[in-house]
Amino acid sequence: MMPMQTGNATGVSLVLNGQLARIDADPVERLSLALRERAGARDVKVGCDAGDCGACTVLVDGRPVCACTTALGQVEGAHVETLAGLVTSDPQAEALAHAFQRHQAAQCGICTPGMMVSALALLRAQAEPSEEAVRDALGGVLCRCTGYRKIIDAVLDARGTGMPAPGGVGTAMARVDGWPKVTGAELFADDVAPADALVLRLVRSPHHRARFTLGDTRAWGAERGLALVLSAADVPGENRFGVIPGFEDQPMFAQGEIRFRGEAVAAVVGAPADLVNALDLSDFPVAYEDLPAALVPSDAGTIADLHEGREGNVMCRGFVRRGEPEAALERAAVVAEGRFSTGFIEHGYIEPEAAVARRVGDRIEIQCCTQAPVMNRDSIARLLGLPKEAVRVVPTATGGGFGSKLDLTSQPYVALAAWMLNRPVRVTYSRVESIATSTKRHPSEIRMRIGADTEGRIVAAEFDGTFNTGAYASWGPTVANRVPIHASGPYRTPNYVARSAGIHTNTAPAGAFRGFGVPQSALAQEPLYDELANRLGIDRLDFRRRNALANGDATVTGQVFERGMGIIDCFDALKPRWERALAEAQAANAGGGHIRRGVGIAGGWYGCGNTSMSNPSTIRAGLTGEGRVMLHQGATDIGQGSNTVIAQIFATALGVPVETVTIVGPDTDVTPDAGKTSASRQTFVTGNAARLCGEALRARLLRLGNVSDTARIVISDGEIRLCDADGQRVIALAELTPDSTAYVIEAVETYDPPTSPLDENGQGVPYAVFGTAAQIAELEVDMRLGTVRLLRITAAHDVGKAINPLLVEGQVQGGVAQGIGLALMEEFLPGRTENLHDYLIPTIGDVPPIETLIIETGDMHGPYGAKGLGEHCLIPTAPAILNAIADACGARITDLPATPDKVLAAIRALRA
Amino acid sequence: MQVRTPDSHRPDSDRPDYHRPNTVGDALALLAGGEARVLAGGTDFFPALGGRRPRGRVVDLGRIAALRGIARQRDGWRIGAMTTWSEIARADLPPLFDGLRLAAREVGSIQIQNAGTIAGNLCNASPAADGVPPLLTLDARVELAGPNGPRELPLGDFILGVRKTALAPGEIVTAILVPDWSPAHSPVRTHFLKLGARRYLVISIAMVAAAVALDGTGRIGEARVAVGACSAVARRLAGVEAALRGAEASGTAVRAAVAEAALAELSPIDDVRASADYRRDAARELVVRTVMAAIDQGAQR
Repeated sequence: MMPMQTGNATGVSLVLNGQLARIDADPVERLSLALRERAGARDVKVGCDAGDCGACTVLVDGRPVCACTTALGQVEGAHVETLAGLVTSDPQAEALAHAFQRHQAAQCGICTPGMMVSALALLRAQAEPSEEAVRDALGGVLCRCTGYRKIIDAVLDARGTGMPAPGGVGTAMARVDGWPKVTGAELFADDVAPADALVLRLVRSPHHRARFTLGDTRAWGAERGLALVLSAADVPGENRFGVIPGFEDQPMFAQGEIRFRGEAVAAVVGAPADLVNALDLSDFPVAYEDLPAALVPSDAGTIADLHEGREGNVMCRGFVRRGEPEAALERAAVVAEGRFSTGFIEHGYIEPEAAVARRVGDRIEIQCCTQAPVMNRDSIARLLGLPKEAVRVVPTATGGGFGSKLDLTSQPYVALAAWMLNRPVRVTYSRVESIATSTKRHPSEIRMRIGADTEGRIVAAEFDGTFNTGAYASWGPTVANRVPIHASGPYRTPNYVARSAGIHTNTAPAGAFRGFGVPQSALAQEPLYDELANRLGIDRLDFRRRNALANGDATVTGQVFERGMGIIDCFDALKPRWERALAEAQAANAGGGHIRRGVGIAGGWYGCGNTSMSNPSTIRAGLTGEGRVMLHQGATDIGQGSNTVIAQIFATALGVPVETVTIVGPDTDVTPDAGKTSASRQTFVTGNAARLCGEALRARLLRLGNVSDTARIVISDGEIRLCDADGQRVIALAELTPDSTAYVIEAVETYDPPTSPLDENGQGVPYAVFGTAAQIAELEVDMRLGTVRLLRITAAHDVGKAINPLLVEGQVQGGVAQGIGLALMEEFLPGRTENLHDYLIPTIGDVPPIETLIIETGDMHGPYGAKGLGEHCLIPTAPAILNAIADACGARITDLPATPDKVLAAIRALRA
Repeated sequence: MQVRTPDSHRPDSDRPDYHRPNTVGDALALLAGGEARVLAGGTDFFPALGGRRPRGRVVDLGRIAALRGIARQRDGWRIGAMTTWSEIARADLPPLFDGLRLAAREVGSIQIQNAGTIAGNLCNASPAADGVPPLLTLDARVELAGPNGPRELPLGDFILGVRKTALAPGEIVTAILVPDWSPAHSPVRTHFLKLGARRYLVISIAMVAAAVALDGTGRIGEARVAVGACSAVARRLAGVEAALRGAEASGTAVRAAVAEAALAELSPIDDVRASADYRRDAARELVVRTVMAAIDQGAQR
């Protein structure tokens, strides 16, 4: 028997991963908590604590159950198996791990234990299951990254063998950091706290807007044995943070006024964890006085301004104008116009926000899940009143981000508490807390008019978009600026005006979410393109192809690409699939009946990197005296694969096998700033820094041997061999004068994309690189229930150059799945859909087969011609689906999501 | 502000008070006269807690053999209260139970079906409980045990409202009883359809269970139809059942009969999943499909 803690009569005995174990805890404790915190089984992940996500799936006597809805006492005497135990003891599980690696079925990895444990239960019962059986078996595990298709592929191929060979640029190799994810070894933000860490919880406002006063919080805390109670008065620095210079408007703790439901008014810190988590916060000494609140922009003008200087609650506006749109629309042969709206969309990553902080002398160190460690460091320093150098942020593995883990969430609270107490402090948001308070995709209300001539050429477009930016600015200014640049879509629009406004309301802040407002604008422009094409009697793909930007054309900001504008190639690649899909739909509909087939198409584009702003990345690399190649890679890999892509680029530039490169970081103490994982910039910007760094290191090495540029570099055991046609030079690393204490030879290189500021009409060069995409959706509409069944998505993406084609497919499939959610089911309603059974994201049964067509036009600026990709994947999906619904049944859904009730109402409205 | 730095501060009242009795009698004794809570599968117990720990006594029924398993009885079937949805889905049961078994496979996910129990589904009394409509069409009864002895209630009298049942203090459900139903002319066929906004792990917008027996002429002799998620408690639809009685067993006839029938028992609400109007329309459409699927299932056997 393996004692977990000093035993007593209350302990529970079980067989954990084949070993007798005794866990000394309250038998009513959740099994997930007991396994993680008492038995050290951190491979059991917690995503919702409600049986809604399946991440915590374990086998109890061979049957998969959610450990979060199982009491420890219920497994007394039972066999409990977790992923880590299964992979080491069951050859079938080990084979499944290889299959997950082979297919890149794990992206961020947070759902992977739940997926694999569930899959293993199936495979033990059926060695060769059908795809339907796989879907049924994994239907209870949510994944937000992969779009599920590669998970299905991996489970169906669980008996397969082999592994794609590693290689440099262009190689579809497995993730360099994948193995820990598929074996349960990966450590996320809630997995790294030391045993003696105190636990922090936040006291949050139940009011949308209120004045409040705190009572005797010290006495309240003392009565409950707490170590600390924190509120605004305890913030030593400036009590505000944000992400855009000039818009740092969000307090760490509300000060006097609550601006959204869920805002933090105080934090409590204590031990042990279960006691702190069980605290009844409803009698916390705080008195609220309700104030008039607005939850939608149309009400924002009627309430007091949320922020001084933002009159009428207008946070900011964006504007782009080119040509004479009003006059051109007057003269247009056909004009399509409409109003469109979308709601708040929750990121729905399966890993809730979590952080742990410890004070080390006069410095504070924070481990957390994040997309932007350096920005986090700087913001925490400001809140704590410390110099930046006194703050260290060490990202853990991040269980999905999609934009929301750019902003500070849990980090400053534990930083402040650990600083004051000089003890480690941890926090993990509950699922409800995470959904209620994290940033969201901006709800949009859009009016758009687009005109074309009789030949089907776009002559003008006019766009007005209002975006609900919530209580604080977050990335709202970015959305307001980005949308007018993108609202034309990747099409020639000679006369154009686009106006956007970000409006404050009393909701959770809207911030960054895959696409920064561009998916919303595409949901107006692409349906209107369908209407124009249909009215002109032109095939919908041909209509888009006719107007698609070509090299040499000016965009709506007057930018001209001489190379790499790939949208025409995307449409051309789709053309045969489009014809096939249309023919199949026609055949399917010929028989009549209440199931109608529809086909839709949409294009999209997205500028990589910050809008007209410097956003450099720096990469450092070095050779140790022993001949190890160390790559200081500060671009946070949140599942999208930058660890792999950056290593592949660097290895290619240096000219060494990628498997000889060791990645260091990310860690603000040891990796230079590689910027944020956002705006589809890491492959492009950090990738370029890695290329420059690899090239610089290579040049140094070649000079050492005075060999030609084509020489092969072989690094081994303390020496470098340089081989070219003239022979081989051997350089002993020990004989060189080291560049630094760490490295014999090192290089540091920075890349900043060339952009220019936009003028008062939004004209200029906002981005160095645009990626483009077009997708086809095929689906069926049930005319009597209004339900939509997706049959297939075909996605053509110009990625410039695919650094790793397998990662490209993973990004596309994951983006498509999020587009499906946006189109058909997702809407965050403050106070109402704050869990994963009321806020629905697609399950494994909701994502159809996805065919990815990779287009490589070769970008002028990207490393080896590569462009960013992450956000592009999502942009065409929802409009393609809505266009397919309209094609199937004639009904045009303009207010998302297209839930069955809305679709049926629209079908009936057509008949009326 | 700093309060103090304790390592542990646990009031005595928070000591575990958890029990796993082996018999119904022991369970009832533990439940008598206190604020005790019953733990069955845990799939509703824990989500309802959120981050809190349960206060007071918890009585886990998982070890009571008498509450498990499905047994043939003289005049029907007895499904033990603690039978999980997976066990029901896998059980060797006659076609009468097809609808219930389809519902079993729609409860949450495999994980939920492996833990969640049939009695737990009833006692949780959610308007969208997947198990209730098929059990209503089977005229199921609920067997209870409590301080005043055993008793039985028709399922329709057991669930009284949203999160409200007829369970008396100290009482537990011990079994669900399904009477035999063997009409003279054809075996009963049953079916179940669930409509949600996504494929798995979804709370129903509407769901329908139907049980159909044909008469000697091949027309519908008796049809029982129940709808869930469209009223506080799932309801049998008397008007629909009356309209179907004697109808031809064809899609056209069933559609015509259902189209005219009153859905008086339904009182759907607007919520995040769908509008009330939609629920009413969808329920009617699903009734047609479920009844036809039950009939077609019979034809295929």
